[in-house]
Amino acid sequence: MPWIDACATDDIDQEDLIRFDHAGATYAIYHGVDGQFYATAGTCTHEHVHLCDGLVMDFMIECPKHNGQFDYRTGEAMRAPVCVNLKTFPVRVDGSRVMIEVS
Amino acid sequence: MGKRDYSPFGADAKRAVESGLTAAEWYHTEVPRKVMKDLMARSDSPAIRDTIVLYGLMLAFAAGGIATWGSLWTVPFWLAYGVLYGSASDSRWHECSHGTAFRTPWMNNAVYQISSFMIMRNPATWRWSHARHHSETYLVGRDPEIAVMRPTEVAKLILNFFGILDVLKFFPTLVRNALTGPTPEEKTFVPESEWPKVQRAARIHLAIYLATAAFVVATGSILPLMVIGLPRIYGAWHHVMTGLLQHGGLADNVIDHRLNSRTVLMNPISRFIYWNMNYHVEHHMFPMVPYHALPRLHQAIKDDLPAPNLSIAAGFAEMWPALRRQMRYEDFFVKRDLPPTAKPYREDFHQDVPGIMPANAAE
Ligand code: FES
Repeated sequence: MPWIDACATDDIDQEDLIRFDHAGATYAIYHGVDGQFYATAGTCTHEHVHLCDGLVMDFMIECPKHNGQFDYRTGEAMRAPVCVNLKTFPVRVDGSRVMIEVS
Repeated sequence: MGKRDYSPFGADAKRAVESGLTAAEWYHTEVPRKVMKDLMARSDSPAIRDTIVLYGLMLAFAAGGIATWGSLWTVPFWLAYGVLYGSASDSRWHECSHGTAFRTPWMNNAVYQISSFMIMRNPATWRWSHARHHSETYLVGRDPEIAVMRPTEVAKLILNFFGILDVLKFFPTLVRNALTGPTPEEKTFVPESEWPKVQRAARIHLAIYLATAAFVVATGSILPLMVIGLPRIYGAWHHVMTGLLQHGGLADNVIDHRLNSRTVLMNPISRFIYWNMNYHVEHHMFPMVPYHALPRLHQAIKDDLPAPNLSIAAGFAEMWPALRRQMRYEDFFVKRDLPPTAKPYREDFHQDVPGIMPANAAE
């Protein structure tokens, strides 16, 4: 699986996320409250809405459209109207770069 | 466009899907991420304060009503209690269904369940109908929460000021939900995994109503119904009054909330009852922003929105003539002017909506 250079570590404020598009796919990269970086699919599983405009609270990402929530560490759907889990991707930090492993 | 078909199985619903309207991206005012993050921030304290005030007042008014039962002094207590039960429950249901009122999830859920019961909505069904209302606001046949269908039926509007039609519809559906789960219409927007929750909630609500009815029979007094159930009728007027203003007389089948939603500035008592949902364009554009931050959101984006109506009376003065015209001419709607600072309405998004294009623009 290829590792992709997604962004710099200081591109994302702590407890926030950004959108990252690559090879026709869209991802969400998070800078968690624990200082770690995480990556999930970029759009909500309820309707095709980009999560990058949503709100990060602790380890939750809340979708901007209907306030569905996912745990961005595991992708687990935590609050209606989302029922289907979000895909997650491995992340590693190389120096000041955030790398994600896309499948 | 002419005659509208509001059925989820009808021609308009089909057309909305086939034309791509249901999948279209809605207009949003641009707000810097930093500002928006600040506006979206959650907090428990405003909603805890408001909930203590609300339930405290309800207890006090109900106690006053019971203590003075049988005299004329009882009337103001029940009028006040009724509005809090039959109208404030609508806004609490609404905010907590979005999960934005409190930061703590169980608090949102607790108030959501209580207010769903009071406003006579199945909590498992309506969560989904409201999600659809946000995705497809006033798309004919797709939005299950269109309050004023065209042509306007004035008798229906008047009856609903007393919650009559809502209540008449609620009880047969409640019994049906309790016995067999969601109706076919509800199944169009409630996912299958949630159907058992619809049935369970209906059984709990039904059991409470049956217990209240038994109490009425046992005591030979309607007093228990004055506390539970009837206030949904005698206290509904405020939520109907404010609810009609949300979208009444404005455009349908558009994908810009500035065209189909209305912001109305209101007195502080109405804003407490309505939990700031008078900032309705703002709420629809950014449902992540909690009710207590909506006045700040309004300030942040008002240059991109039509001017708000300055009072409930001003809102009705704009809406009522439009509803009357819609009795005879369904395609009529009010198209509000945007300030010069705003991004114009995208006429090209709305070519199929009679009256949006400048050549035959609505008044
Ligand atoms: S689109 Fe994300 S919750 Fe509906």
